[in-house]
Parts: sequence; structure tokens; C-alpha cells
Amino acid sequence: MKNSFLSFIKKESLHILRDKVTMLIVMLIPVVLIVLFGFAISTEVNNVDVAVVAPERTDGVVDAVNRIAHNDYFTFCGYIDPDQIDQELRSGKVSAVIVFASDFDRRMAQISTGLPSTPIIQLVVDASNVNTAGASTAYLQEILLGTASQQAMFETRMLFNPQMKSAYNFVPGIMGLIVILVCAMMTSVSIVREKEVGTMEVLLVSPIRPSKIIFSKMIPYFVISCLVLIIILLLSYYLLHVPMSGGVWGIFSLSLLYVLLSLSLGLMVSIVAKTQVMALLISAMVMMVPMLLLSGMLFPIENSPIFFQYFSNIVPARWYVEAIRKMMIQGSPFLAVWKEFTILLGMTVAFLGVSLIKFNDKLE
Amino acid sequence: MNVIEVNGLSKSYGKVKALDSVSFSVKRGELFGLIGPDGAGKTTLFRLLTTLINPNEGSATIEGLDISKDYRQIRPLLGYMPGRFSLYPDLTVEENLNFFASIFGVRVKDSYDLIAPIYQQIEPFRKRQAGKLSGGMKQKLALSCALIHNPSVLFLDEPTTGIDAVSRSELWDMLKNLKEKGITILVSTPYMDEASLCERIALCNEGRILGIDTPKGIIKQFKSRLYAISADNMYSLLEAARQVEGVVECYPFGQMHHLIADATFDTRSFMDQLESLTNLTIESAKPTIEDVFINLMKQ
Repeated sequence: MKNSFLSFIKKESLHILRDKVTMLIVMLIPVVLIVLFGFAISTEVNNVDVAVVAPERTDGVVDAVNRIAHNDYFTFCGYIDPDQIDQELRSGKVSAVIVFASDFDRRMAQISTGLPSTPIIQLVVDASNVNTAGASTAYLQEILLGTASQQAMFETRMLFNPQMKSAYNFVPGIMGLIVILVCAMMTSVSIVREKEVGTMEVLLVSPIRPSKIIFSKMIPYFVISCLVLIIILLLSYYLLHVPMSGGVWGIFSLSLLYVLLSLSLGLMVSIVAKTQVMALLISAMVMMVPMLLLSGMLFPIENSPIFFQYFSNIVPARWYVEAIRKMMIQGSPFLAVWKEFTILLGMTVAFLGVSLIKFNDKLE
Repeated sequence: MNVIEVNGLSKSYGKVKALDSVSFSVKRGELFGLIGPDGAGKTTLFRLLTTLINPNEGSATIEGLDISKDYRQIRPLLGYMPGRFSLYPDLTVEENLNFFASIFGVRVKDSYDLIAPIYQQIEPFRKRQAGKLSGGMKQKLALSCALIHNPSVLFLDEPTTGIDAVSRSELWDMLKNLKEKGITILVSTPYMDEASLCERIALCNEGRILGIDTPKGIIKQFKSRLYAISADNMYSLLEAARQVEGVVECYPFGQMHHLIADATFDTRSFMDQLESLTNLTIESAKPTIEDVFINLMKQ
């Protein structure tokens, strides 16, 4: 009867291969999402146009301006007069203006000797985009403070992602999202489709066991998911330069577990749902929304109300995204995410168990 | 020994009684027909006997195995062709056949002799996707798939519904051949004219069996008087005839209307009462299975 298992897998693969549109979408989604989140949707500081107001271009001022001009993330647009500030910002020619005090050099010297001083630099920033404004202000301060580092009260160092690249933040989240999309949504229709088309009636009357039906439906999707996973990892590494410092194999193994989990989740939905539409709705609404909002992908979980913080514990993506962040960005080894790994493994076993128990070998 | 034995089988969906204490039995190698209109409970009965659903009351056995307790042993013995086309439309003819062979753990060539008369007709299209076949070819493929594991009992739920007249008669010929090979066949159909092609039939309506016999025997059960009537205005005739005393039922039947009459009916007074209708004729007619069915429904 091993033969029947193999031909069931073959049959499932044929269904997938013949449905070229779905196949194309599945392969394109990761590319589109990665490119979209990696480049288009970015909260990072990039090409910020900066103008400078300096009544006296002393050595100290020129030195500071040079450092900004040579920074990849800022473009120095020249010196302007104080009464031009408002107009330049309004017209959108620049996003930030740095105003140096006229006695900048003298007071800098004063500061370096430890004497107290009033502010000597003013930052005027276009805050119509809060994210960019916040990030560029922080970064500008860091660069300018370098001038007076002796005086700086805080020494801030951004670990793991010093340039605050948004790709670093998004890639783990997108991986969590795509895998759920591909695995859970695609498998969620696979069993319920047989119920709708009527082939389930014939399958049930055959000697094939429910467990075989379930596992043989998982395998082709597992292969596709592995392909998708490889595409994502290659894109993140070569296109977005995400470090993967925790080791590719660790990241890959954890992702494979997450693929299995999503497949089991999809199958569970498929077994419970009565129609394909219902299965898609369940996987889209009941699974995707909490996963987007409560996985920490877009918003920090710590910011949500206590109830949702507890609720996020049962969202598989939360654990996956957390673990992937650790391994990809922080460079932790695989061993450091054993807790997340165990939780995900437990969830997978639970979903599979429910699927096997709930699979009815009768029509009602 | 009876291959199928059904005892007081009942099945309800909510308040609707789809099947109301049905009993019958089918002998080995018999071609048994369930004849009845849509909603008669034929599909429910098939799903019960193919162990896909559980009965509320009553019991049934197939090859001596109970449909509720021993359903796993029963399933490999069955060949089942549901009323709706239930193959994979995106797989080719060949792929469908190979798939069903493999899940039953057999090879196509082992049962090729059995399915050959049927499968050879669609073999030229073996590379075509099943969804793109015509209705008749779909049914031939479905029948081939249902037969692939050499089942001892074949359940065919309305195999001739929605296919053309030529394919219908071809399909009945195939069933006769299969019967001669010793396969017990239970087939359902809403077409009364197909009843005579079965060895024995059960007339069913609204979840009950109205009568079981051979097609000839069923017709012999018709004890009332039957007439065929006609007039220029057939619709007025139907309306008027139903008002006449002694008329049990009057209904369109081909070119004529059939009229079932009881003992009080008198042909001459019937003609007198309807003399306003032009070209009125009445003659006695031989009952068909449809007449028996309508008569049984009236009782």
C-alpha cells in the first residue's frame, strides 16, 4: 500500500502544477513582498536633504557640515539664510535645516572645558512624515554630537542595526507572513475542495486511510514552501543585505518547522471547514489578522493591551518572528531560540493531532 | 444468499425524513433498480449502503457485514459511482484511472478485462482532462474507475442523468454485461422507462418504498382500470376529466392523457359529461411502470 501513498502525492502535485496561475502567484508573492517591504515601504533615513544656516562659517561649522555631507544617508543642499528656512521646508526642497549659533566655535570650546552652555545647534525638521523625521533627527544628533562628544551625557549605540535599516525589521515579519500565506491558505482549500467537488465520497469508500490523505496532501506543499523559503532567504541576503549572522542552517531549520506548522494549521482548517470560501475566510481573517497585528511584525507586542499580550502567546507567528529576529539580526546561535523552537514544535504536533482526530471518514 | 439486506432503515436530516423505514434485499448477481423522482431518498439510501453516513434506525448488511459496525471491511468490496461527477477534472482520463487503481492497491492491467468493454470507448481520449469530456464519456470513465478493483457490489447513483439517449442505452448494455460477470448492481434512476431494463425494481417516493417486484410483476399489481384519452384541447380535457366521478387520477402521458378509474367509472357517462370537447376519444390502455407509480402514490 506504499504505492497508494506515492500516487496520492503524485496526484496532489499534478493538481498544483496544473493550476499555473496559483503556482505563479505563490512564487511571485515572496518576491513582491520582499521588494515592497525592503525598498518601497521603508521607515529608515535615506537621502534626507539637509540645508545649513551658519552666520559664520568657522572651522567647527565646516567640519560638522562636512561630516553630514559625507554621510550616505544625508544630502547636503548648501547654505541658506535664516529667513529662507520656512520657504525651503514648505517647498519640500529640504527635509531638515541645521542652524548653527553664530558663536558656535567659541562656545564649543567653552563646552569642552566643561562649562555649562545654552543650546548651540537648532534642528528644524519637516515632521509631516513622523517616522522619517524621528529617525533623521536622532541620526543627525548622533553625527553632530560627535563634535562635542566629551559633553554628551548619553552615549547611545544602536546594536545589531546601527543604521536602523527597516529591512532588518521587516524581513523576519514577512517570512512569517509569506509562509502562512502559502502554506496555510493553499492547504486550507485542499481537503475541503475534495468535499465540494464530490471526490471525497469516492475517496472515503476506498481503503485509503485518513492519515495517508492528510500526509500526502502536506508533502507537495512542503516542497513548494521550501522553494519559497529559499527564494526569500536569497533575496534577503543578496538584495537586502540582511546579515543572517546566526547561521543560515539554523534559520532554515526553524523556518522548516514553521512551514510544517502552517501546513498543519491549513489542513486543520480544511478539515473543519465546509466550503472552500469558508476555509479561505478562516485562514484570511482568523489567522492573518492576528498574525499581522500580534506577531510583533508591524507593532511591538509590548505596546498592546495586556489581554492582547497574553493572546499573542497563541499566535505561532509571534514565536517564529521573535526567533528569526534573534538569529538573523542579533546573530544568536540556533541554541538561543530553543524555547521558541519547542513552542512551535508543540503547536505543530497539536494541530496535526487535531487534524487526524477531526478527520471524519464518514460524510457527516 | 442475499448480498444486500436492508431492514427498516431510516434517516432524518433535522425534521425532514429522507428515508422512512425502508426494507428490501438484493440477490447475488442481480441488477436491482431504485426508481423514483428527485427527493425520493435514493441518494440517501446509497450513502447509507456505501457506509458514508449512519442510519438513525434500522440496519443493513452487505455481504453479511453490518454497514455501521463493519464499515471498514465493507468499503473495499464496493464500487461506488456518486450521482455527481466525482473524478478529478484537472487530471487526464489515464491519470484518474491509475490513481483510483493505486488507492485500491490494484494495477490497471489486472482488472483490464473487466473494464475493457467500457474503457476502450474512451481510451482514444486517455490524454484528455476528465473535466473536458462529454457527459456520456465522463460516466464511462467514472464507471471504469468504480470497477477498477473488481468490486462485488456496484452502486450507481443516477448514472444516466444528464447524458444523451445513445449513451444511456450504451450504459445499460454495459450494466447487463457486468451483471453477467456476476457483479451485483444497485442502480437508481428517475426515468421510469429505464425500469424495465432492471431485473427487479423498487419504486420509491418521499423516503418510502411503494412496491418491489420484477418490472412485469409491478405492472401486474395494477388492478385499476386505465384509459387513454385525447381531444383537440388537451389542457381543457385534463382539467375537465379530473372533475368526473370515478376518476382517481388523470395525467399527461406522451400524446395522450392517461386516466386511472375506479369501479364507479362509466365510459359512456364520461363521454356525455365532456361532450363539449371536440374530437374526444377514449380507449383502454395497457399500464406501464409510470402508471403503476402514479397509482401507488395515490393510495
